[in-house]
Amino acid sequence: MRDTTAEDLALARATERRQARSRWLAHAVLGLGVLVFAFPIWITLVGSTHDVNTIGRGDVPLWFGGEAVANYVSAWLTGGAQTRTTLGVPVWLMLWNSLNMAVLIAVGKIAISLLSAYAVVFFSFPGRMVCFWLIFITLMLPVEVRIIPTFEVMVNLQLTNSMAGLVIPLVASATATLLFRQFFLTIPDEYVEAAKIDGAGPLRFFKDVVLPLSVTNIAALFVILFIYGWNQYLWPLLIVSDKDLETVVVGMTKMIGSGDQQNEWNVIMATAVLAMLPPVAVVILMQRWFVKGLTETEK
Amino acid sequence: MRKKVIFNGVALPYLLLLPQLVITAVFFFWPAGQAIYGSFLREDAFGLSRDFVGLENFADILSDPNYLGAVWNTVIFSSAVAFSALGVAIFLAVQADKAIRGSGAYKTLLIWPYAVAPAVAAVLWLFLFHPQIGLLGRFLNGIGIPWDYKVNGNQAMLLVIIAAAWKQVSYNFIFFLAGLQSIPRSVLEAAAIDGARPTRRFWTVIFPLLAPTSFFLLVVNIVYAFFDTFGTIHALTQGGPGQATTTLIYKVYVDGVQNLNFGASAAQSVVLMAIVIALTAVQFRFIERKVHY
Repeated sequence: MRDTTAEDLALARATERRQARSRWLAHAVLGLGVLVFAFPIWITLVGSTHDVNTIGRGDVPLWFGGEAVANYVSAWLTGGAQTRTTLGVPVWLMLWNSLNMAVLIAVGKIAISLLSAYAVVFFSFPGRMVCFWLIFITLMLPVEVRIIPTFEVMVNLQLTNSMAGLVIPLVASATATLLFRQFFLTIPDEYVEAAKIDGAGPLRFFKDVVLPLSVTNIAALFVILFIYGWNQYLWPLLIVSDKDLETVVVGMTKMIGSGDQQNEWNVIMATAVLAMLPPVAVVILMQRWFVKGLTETEK
Repeated sequence: MRKKVIFNGVALPYLLLLPQLVITAVFFFWPAGQAIYGSFLREDAFGLSRDFVGLENFADILSDPNYLGAVWNTVIFSSAVAFSALGVAIFLAVQADKAIRGSGAYKTLLIWPYAVAPAVAAVLWLFLFHPQIGLLGRFLNGIGIPWDYKVNGNQAMLLVIIAAAWKQVSYNFIFFLAGLQSIPRSVLEAAAIDGARPTRRFWTVIFPLLAPTSFFLLVVNIVYAFFDTFGTIHALTQGGPGQATTTLIYKVYVDGVQNLNFGASAAQSVVLMAIVIALTAVQFRFIERKVHY
C-alpha cells in the first residue's frame, strides 16, 4: 500500500516537473518568436531616429539616435523633399487620404451590406436568390483578375484621380453581406411578429431592432475593413496619379527611388512607421473585435 | 435557409439591394465580361481595331516561356509562403496553448503584423536585407555570402517569400490558437496519461483534430499568396531580377498596365478567374462540411 502511494507521488512529481519544463520551454520559444516578429519593426523604428548618413553608410544601430524629431517633422511636413527624395508629398496629406479612403470603404461596405442582407433575409420577392448569388459571385472576381477592364470603366466614368474612384468600386462586399445574412437569420421570428403587431414597418424594424442588435458585428467588421481599406495598394496605384490624392502605403514605396544612394532612408523609415501605426493601433486597441471580425468573416 | 415571418414589400427590397447590385454590375460583372470578351480579341499594332482571334491569346500565353516561368514562380512562391506561414503558426500556437499563463499577452504580441500592409511589410524586410544599408544584408556579405537580391533571383524569391509569410503567420496563429483551445482538455490529458510523448501526442491527437482548420487555412493562405501579395512584390523586387519574382498577378499587371498588351492580359485574367473560382469552390465545399461536424 505505502509503496504504491510513494510511487504515485514520485510519478506525479515527475509529470509535474516535465510539465513545468515544457511550459518553460514554451515561454522561451514564444519569447523568441515575438522577438523575431518584432525585429523588422524595431530596426525601422530605430532607423527613423538617425540621420541619413548613418543609415546610408550601412551602420544601422540597434538603439535610438537623436534625430527622431527632425526626421518625423521632415516626413510629416514635406515628405523629406527638401534634399533628395522626389515624391515630395507631405506625409500628413498621405495619411489624411489613407484615413479617408479606409473609413469611407469600411463605412460604405458595412452600410451597403447591411441593406442588401436585410432585403435578402426579411423579404420575399422575385429574383431574391438570383440577387444573392450575384453578390456571392463577386467573391470570385477580385480586382487583381480584372485590372485592365476595370480601369477602362473608371476612365469612361471619369472616376480616375478622385476619392470617389478610390472608394466606390471597392465598396461592394460579398463577405460582409454573407456575415450579416448569417447573423440576421438568427434573429427570432417572434421579433418580426411583435413588430408587425405593433404596426412597425420594415424600415422602423431595421432601425429600432436590427441595427441595435448588429452593433458588435458592425464593430468587428469595421476593424477588419478599416485595415483592408488602409492597406489597399494595387487600386490606388492604378487609379491615382495626382499627388494630392496619394495614399501613404503607395506613397511610401514611391519614395524609394531606384538609385539607392539618393534615398533619404531615415525619412522613408519614419514614413513607414507612420504608415503602419494606425492599422496596428486599431488591431491592438480593438483586439477583441478584431479577432471576432476575423473569425466571423471567414465562416 | 430562410425566415418564416417576413415583411411584404414590392419595391423596397429592390431599393435596398440597389446600391450593392449597381456597384457589382458596373465594377465587377461588366469588367469581368470585358476580360472574357477581350481574351478572344487581338488589338492591331496601332491599337486601332480589335479582331476576333478565337483561342489564339490562350495558345500564345500557354506557349510563352515567360508565362510558364510566372506559373512556376507562382507555384514555388505560394507553396513556400503557405507552408512556412502555416508551419510557424501552428508551432507557435501549440506553444502558446501550453503556456496557459500569458497566452493572451503572446497573442497580442504576435497578431499585429496582420495589420501591416503587404507593401509596408516588404519595405521593412528591405531595410533589413538591403545589401548596402540592411543589417542582415551587410552581415551576410560580411561573412562571405554574396548577398544582393537585386542581382540574384533566388535570393529575391527568398526575400519576397519571407516578407509575405511574416505577415500571414499572425492570421494563421489566431485560427490555430482558437482551434487548439476548443480541443477538450480531457482528450489531451487522456493522451498524456497513456504516456504518449509530446511529439507523438501532437501528431496522433492534436494534429488530426486541427486538420479541418489547417485545410481551411491552407486554402486561405494560397489565395493570399496568389492575390494579396502584389504589393509585396511591387515594393520589393518589381518582379525581378529578370523575371525571377514575377508571379501570375504581377505578370497581368506588367502586360496590361506597362506593356499595354490587351489580348494577352485579358487571357491571363481569364485564367486567374478560373483559379479563383476553383479555390473558392474548394473553400466553400469544405466549409459546408465543417458546419455539419
